[in-house]
Amino acid sequence: MRLLRFVLLASAALLAGCRHSATQLPKPAAYGAQIVEVSGGKQFTQVGSTLPQPLVLQVNGADGNPVTGALVVLHGDGVQFTPAQALTDSSGQVTVAAQLGYNPGDYQVTAETPKSGGGSATLSLREIALGYEQTVGKTVNDKYCIRCHDPESTPERVSNLDNLSPAPHQFTDGATLNRMSDADLTNMIAHGGPALGKSPQMPAYGATLKPAEIKAILSYIRTIADPPYQTPGVKYGK
Amino acid sequence: MDDNNKPAPLRSRPTLRELAYFGGVSLVLLVSLAIAPAKNYFSDWRHYQKSYLKIAGQRQSGTLVRSFQGGIHQTWIARLGVVDRCESCHVNMSGALVGASEQPFRKHPPIPHALDQFGCVTCHRGQGPATSVEEAHYTTEAWEQPLLPAKYLESGCGQCHLGPLEGAPKLSDGRGMLSSMGCVHCHNVAQPDGNLLQPGDFPPPLTHIAEKTSREWIYAWIKNPQAYAASATMPNFQLSDQDAADISAFLMAQSSASPAAKVEIRAAAAAAPAGADASTEATTLYGASFCSSCHAVQNEAGNLVGGNFGPELTRIGSKVNPDWLRRWLNNPAAFHPETRMPHYRMDDKQVALLSSFLLAKKDNDLLANVHLPPSSPDSVAHGKKLVTESGCAACHQINGVNPPQNFAPDLTRVGSRALAQVVFAPGMKHNLPDYIAAKIHDPRSFGPGLKMPKFTLTDSQADALTTALLAQTDHAATYPKELVISGAQTSNYHPGGDAGKLMDDLRCLSCHAINGRGGDMAPDLTWEGSAVQRAWLEDFLKNPNTLRPALIRRMPKFNLSPAEIKTLADYITAAYQGPGFDSQALDIKTLNADSAARGKQLFYSKYGCQSCHIADYKNDKGYVGPALTSVGTRLTPVWTYKWLKDPNALRAGTLMPNFSLKDDEARDLTAFLMTLKAKQGGGK
Repeated sequence: MRLLRFVLLASAALLAGCRHSATQLPKPAAYGAQIVEVSGGKQFTQVGSTLPQPLVLQVNGADGNPVTGALVVLHGDGVQFTPAQALTDSSGQVTVAAQLGYNPGDYQVTAETPKSGGGSATLSLREIALGYEQTVGKTVNDKYCIRCHDPESTPERVSNLDNLSPAPHQFTDGATLNRMSDADLTNMIAHGGPALGKSPQMPAYGATLKPAEIKAILSYIRTIADPPYQTPGVKYGK
Repeated sequence: MDDNNKPAPLRSRPTLRELAYFGGVSLVLLVSLAIAPAKNYFSDWRHYQKSYLKIAGQRQSGTLVRSFQGGIHQTWIARLGVVDRCESCHVNMSGALVGASEQPFRKHPPIPHALDQFGCVTCHRGQGPATSVEEAHYTTEAWEQPLLPAKYLESGCGQCHLGPLEGAPKLSDGRGMLSSMGCVHCHNVAQPDGNLLQPGDFPPPLTHIAEKTSREWIYAWIKNPQAYAASATMPNFQLSDQDAADISAFLMAQSSASPAAKVEIRAAAAAAPAGADASTEATTLYGASFCSSCHAVQNEAGNLVGGNFGPELTRIGSKVNPDWLRRWLNNPAAFHPETRMPHYRMDDKQVALLSSFLLAKKDNDLLANVHLPPSSPDSVAHGKKLVTESGCAACHQINGVNPPQNFAPDLTRVGSRALAQVVFAPGMKHNLPDYIAAKIHDPRSFGPGLKMPKFTLTDSQADALTTALLAQTDHAATYPKELVISGAQTSNYHPGGDAGKLMDDLRCLSCHAINGRGGDMAPDLTWEGSAVQRAWLEDFLKNPNTLRPALIRRMPKFNLSPAEIKTLADYITAAYQGPGFDSQALDIKTLNADSAARGKQLFYSKYGCQSCHIADYKNDKGYVGPALTSVGTRLTPVWTYKWLKDPNALRAGTLMPNFSLKDDEARDLTAFLMTLKAKQGGGK
């Protein structure tokens, strides 16, 4: 009886060991001193969706040159990475697709690479998931606002931002927009720039957009703000 | 002896052993009796409700704690078949406990529906009546409906919202793709209001294909359509070399002569354009004809430049027969009566220029290694068999092959397909979303004999298609009719008379919508007769100039004759009139110089119109709306007035905001705009 129990325990331990070794991280061929973002931070996508562009991260050595074969491991609460760990390629980079989770809002992505003397270098990236309301806001933004508030031009849409003076604020411009209250922004969208003593170049959209759409734009602006927007009032932890 | 006859005493002192047994059994009984209440006591929802109260208590929110009602929280909505107990654990859906960021206490993100009117499983799936975490969220032995992954959530909206929805771009994209990728040629997809999704692609007929292209090109195309055109929607049937050769043999053999074959190509049209400037001239003609509004060409960086309305032209020179191309440019409808391409009325020189320009777009590698065995009756017969079996005729018109009926499974209720009816490929997760996604991604992975071809899709396109298909549920088909919001249905409007024939020849409805039918590439013309001045209209039809400086899609120049222009202008002015564009709406006598001066003030100062429009090229830079420098020659005063009052009422979906102008403000602005006349000789 006792023997049987021992055998069972031993095989269980062995199995657990095997499982552990199967998910073991790839062995790095080299070590870097620093990990930097090439591209992919501060993107946004709908909840549960993959970010439009992959995360491209680079590992550099102490001399600042890219390191090939260094291990990069990614973590992020609610974020799925494909792949979640990889060795850097010949240009010292890894390319990872990231799928955000169920909840709208910010996601912190942490990329980590072990250093040769122990310890590790890390890099934090912020990614943003849009829920229903922010998606409505983005749709309205893409139709009405983007032409003047976004400096980027596409073949389908030439930006009007440079034609305006004073130049409109980009919606990601948290430094400016975070200081304005919800009520002020709502008024400005509904009644135009002059409602707050600003430029009449900002038209009144109160008769064009539904109140829910204006609220949605606001929610979108708050969600993509950089630096992030903090709700005024008491904040509780988890 | 006597002792033996004595009856045994009714009660005797139980032995210790008996007591122990009795105690043991009682204990077992008690324990087993306690299991049921204990299970209840230690249930997931009770645990979460306790934690919730604990958090609320820590925050000293007495009101929250006192007003909390414990127990199972159930939402029952009979008409939707909803019995949800999700809120037994998710107790903070309304967000009364501020700032709780961990599940199950997160506030539900804002949505336009009340939770008690639609429930949770209507959108999220999962098992509503379950009271344990495991059963509610995941697949169990008795329950095959796990929670829907977040990326497919919009499928919930699609059960009632059958048209485009601004908060559900993925669903709208997916529905669009079911049409534009041609899925509905083979699959039946009926919406809950009974309307079938209609195909939105226009696969060309193959009845005269031998005139258009070569057998080698057909072979290369069907082997890998995307090798010829990156943007091709034709799927890959993963044909063997032999099968592709036989199909190409059959398609050439079934081809009959088209009416276009009789059109004579004059020497001037077939001549190679001479002169040093020929190539520049051809490029200019390609640009001025706005071919790129509809057709894309891959540039050196590999990006597609141009529209996706017509086929990509990157390698067109490797595909078409030069004579066919000239006949096509001369008049496309002679070859394909249903084509969406307009009849450009090009002269011989233009045909020569444009055809040589297009024929130079060649990829010599494309057909370099295609060496086909000569066609034989056997290969033609085998090709016909393959064409019939593969369902080519579901999309393309082919001589001698009838379009197949009920060729592919009906997808009307695919979003509720029972897993017992689903054949999973090895190694697949057993749930419906993953099954549908895998089927879209690589249909042939389910078995080599399956007919569904492989479509070229990005991951986000596949997600969108899966979302649209998951919306096709049993529930959706049985929801109360008043919940169903149908999409816009196309009318069968057709302009009449000579003008109607002309408009058909020019394919106006390919780009413009009129009375509920037509494309969305160009402005809706339903009320165009009320909007524009007759002289401007004639001028525009003769030489369509650009209204919007920043637009790349523009009206092409069709080289219309004066008689044709008159016919069109007469018809548009007479037939396309809106209601209420008369002197009652605006008395044009009131538009005087004073009024115009006030209007100018309003234009520049109060409303900042110059931020989007250009009234004067010297000072204004607005690039969003059309230039207004000659608007006084273009628009009628009454249209301008009504437009300023409520643009969206005249053209739904316009970008121009409604400024809630007062009547006199709108009148003054109209007076000002009417002073902005074109200089002599039209133009700007």
